[in-house]
Amino acid sequence: MAARIEIEPGQCVGAAQCVLTASELFDQDEDGYVVVLNKEPAGDEQLDHARTAEMICPSQSIVLVED
Amino acid sequence: MSTTDQETVPFLLRGPGKPFPPPEYVEMREREGLARAVLPSGEPVWLVTRHEDVRKVLTDKRISSNPDHEGFPRPLKTGGVPSAKEVPGWFVSLDSPEHDRFRKALIPEFTVRRIRELRPAIQDVVDRSIDAMLAQGDTADLVEDFALSVPSLVISMLLGVPPVDRDFFEAKTKVLVTITSTDEERTKANEHLMRYINRLITLRLKRPGDDLLSRLIKNDVLTTEELSGVAMLLLIAGHETTANNIALGAVTLMQNPEWIGDDRAVEEILRIHSVADIVALRVAIEDVEIGGQLIKAGEGIVPLMAAANHDEKQYACPADFDPSRSARAHVAFGYGIHQCLGQNLVRVEMELAYRTLFERVPTLRIAVPVEELPFKYDGVLYGLHALPVTW
Ligand code: HEM
Ligand code: SF4
Repeated sequence: MAARIEIEPGQCVGAAQCVLTASELFDQDEDGYVVVLNKEPAGDEQLDHARTAEMICPSQSIVLVED
Repeated sequence: MSTTDQETVPFLLRGPGKPFPPPEYVEMREREGLARAVLPSGEPVWLVTRHEDVRKVLTDKRISSNPDHEGFPRPLKTGGVPSAKEVPGWFVSLDSPEHDRFRKALIPEFTVRRIRELRPAIQDVVDRSIDAMLAQGDTADLVEDFALSVPSLVISMLLGVPPVDRDFFEAKTKVLVTITSTDEERTKANEHLMRYINRLITLRLKRPGDDLLSRLIKNDVLTTEELSGVAMLLLIAGHETTANNIALGAVTLMQNPEWIGDDRAVEEILRIHSVADIVALRVAIEDVEIGGQLIKAGEGIVPLMAAANHDEKQYACPADFDPSRSARAHVAFGYGIHQCLGQNLVRVEMELAYRTLFERVPTLRIAVPVEELPFKYDGVLYGLHALPVTW
């Protein structure tokens, strides 16, 4: 099973919920907007973090595609 | 779909001797559709209690934060939410895309990295507040002497208020949120603060420093008038909210000492107390269906954060204080584009406040029975008027 993180462009409000949840997957750029550090979360822990980030992102910017 | 001529509940369900969140929320979450309440002004509003529905309200573009729209809720007689027309820069009252220009200008000031850089300065504020409290003797009011001081000093630091003016700034901000202040005192304190902030902006225009206001001036995307509104918003939004959480959380930790020193307690304190229960007011600008209820354009909506954060579907045994649960999906800071800008600052303030307080004052205890504590029932925010402690 492979998973991929996609970001809906132009929606992020810089709340950094993603960074607090999964600093190994997400960071903020100079302007405070989301940057994906690792597009392909692997292993249970990273997948779990990515799912949580998708669920709690207030602007629904994060989409985890699992196929 | 339920009809609109259903029975109504009182808007403010909090009350002396009643637990918070009010037990009525349980039944309101379970019933079909939404609950209908009548505001003190006589206007009806929809109350939203389920976690899922609250998140829908806060992300639906047919629902507005702008108090200029007909039907926007005015829950209390005084202290309604100003619109950005009344106070330029009050961007929590603006919808997208007008709101986004302000948010964009502000988020670099609140990134996880920036807040991490502020940690030593926040630690210093916490230490100094505890020094002052301990110097008074062996009793204190933890609200007045600690919980209100910390956020006030942190915001003044953030805004770049020079150290010589911080006592003035703290004294005035306290008047704004202290129950014993008269309306007249409050209006005056508000005017003093506005005037002070305008003077500070004039100073930073001439002599920039390394602070939020100076950087916003340099970026040149906000007018001077908007800057002053933004500074007031940061001050008001971040003071009593943080103070109430610090104080209520201190009570919770003294009652559950096994969690002292565990930073996971912060998130659970935010969830369980949900002080901003009725803060995020909204109005429908088109017909919209939420939770099986038709809301017509022009009808007011109040998503109840405490109700959502105690939704059994989201959190098992929601009244239990259990920092080991994953509370992160809570809506204590709201949801959607207005989700609290200051949330990462608050998390660090709370973490350092508790850690330092219980390390330096390990014998800290509440000086009266918990049932006798003066909880806030009447204001917009839930909290404590005072917290007598001894050590
Ligand atoms: C525990 C403390 C706090 C709580 C519970 C809290 C809660 C909230 C909530 C619920 C909202 C959303 C309002 C809405 O959707 O209408 C909000 C927005 C906001 N908060 Fe906080 N807040 C806290 C502390 C702070 C601090 C310390 C600051 C700043 C220094 C701050 C600044 C703001 C701002 C500027 C907004 C508006 C954001 C926007 O419209 O994009 N808050 N807060
Ligand atoms: S949680 Fe969502 S809104 Fe917040 S920084 Fe990450 S992507 Fe942006």
